[in-house]
Amino acid sequence: MNPHNHGYGALSIFLSALPFAIVILTYRILAVISGKRYKPFPPHRYLCWMLGIWCIALSVTGPLASRAHTDFADHMIIHLLLGMLAPLLLMLAAPMTLLFRTLSLKQARGLSRLLKSSPFRLLHNPFTASTLHIGGLWLLYTTDIYSWMHRSTIGHTGVHVHIFLAGYLFTASMVSIDPAPHRTSFLYRSLVLLIALSAHGILSKYLYAHPPSGVPAAQAELGSMIMYYGGDIVDIVLICILFSKWFHAARPRKALNPVTEK
Amino acid sequence: MAVTQIHSEEAGYQRRNLWSGFLFGVGVVAFIDETLFHQLLHWHHFYDQSTTDMGLVSDGLFHAFSWFATIGGLFILADLRRRNAWSVKRWLGGILLGGGLFQLYDGTVQHKLMRLHQIRYVENIIVYDIVWNTLAIGMMVTGLVLINRSGKKLKEAEGTFREPS
Repeated sequence: MNPHNHGYGALSIFLSALPFAIVILTYRILAVISGKRYKPFPPHRYLCWMLGIWCIALSVTGPLASRAHTDFADHMIIHLLLGMLAPLLLMLAAPMTLLFRTLSLKQARGLSRLLKSSPFRLLHNPFTASTLHIGGLWLLYTTDIYSWMHRSTIGHTGVHVHIFLAGYLFTASMVSIDPAPHRTSFLYRSLVLLIALSAHGILSKYLYAHPPSGVPAAQAELGSMIMYYGGDIVDIVLICILFSKWFHAARPRKALNPVTEK
Repeated sequence: MAVTQIHSEEAGYQRRNLWSGFLFGVGVVAFIDETLFHQLLHWHHFYDQSTTDMGLVSDGLFHAFSWFATIGGLFILADLRRRNAWSVKRWLGGILLGGGLFQLYDGTVQHKLMRLHQIRYVENIIVYDIVWNTLAIGMMVTGLVLINRSGKKLKEAEGTFREPS
């Protein structure tokens, strides 16, 4: 992990990359196995999975991750990769669909019972997911949690796991390729997403003027601008997927009007 | 029965044309404001200090809404196109009305009442204010005229439609 440790360089790079390689390979193996019984799993989903895992790898190991300990702007890039981009890419890879294809009927039924249970229903509600995701960020940056996480290994790991999991839950509750057992209405999801994206924008502007404890003003300004504009890009993709789902669901089912002179 | 059904459907499409344009207009003007004035000309900024907390919250909500409005407006347009129900005139009218209304709101409430930021930090700001708000009212009036005209066309079309029955 230590970049100055040249003697163990190659080995430590290999060891830190290994878990991510295993996760990517597992996805590939499941796709091949289930592809024998069903139609082949689409290659673009596989690509999304690789890119998503790559985003996670970049944020927890390597030079960017070590710089993020001391630099708020680098920390913000990681926040975007881990909390927004990786969840979006992994969601597009439809991992649950792949899992359901691979499992036996009995196992798949068990999994689907678990996903339909009330704790999952509560977590999967857009309101809960948004509160965990955006509310968590407000807590992290406006309280002492931010300086605490840099002093404690448990804090550091915990915060990163939370950012990723809450980000994935948030993305999946708004738009999902995977089957969703308790999908809420399009209007409800739009409204909650609108408020959640606003809260993200407001927080990033707030940080511009009120840096978290221990962060110099120049770093806070750069970091908050990365958060604001980077967030915008991911938001646009989310909104486009949300509306394209509506576009598909609202397609006309009867004969069209003839073209009239306008 | 069949005729009334067609009529209500047609009226629904007319409303949707207006909404699609309105949303897209609000989104586009907000986008031009941010890109041109905030980021390229640097006339006013990402965060102008001395704002109230309400100003920050309303800006955040508005920014998210403008993305929704731009993208949503275009998806509604795509839906109208596949139903052969796109009225270009009414849609353009909606854009001008929505864009003008937002610009007027920005120029009066946000700039003057809440004092979020000014168009530009110069001495004769009144000149900028007049140009900004006159342009806004001009857009709204043009938009309303276009919407009114497309409405008349619709009534005429309905008249010819009724004759055979």
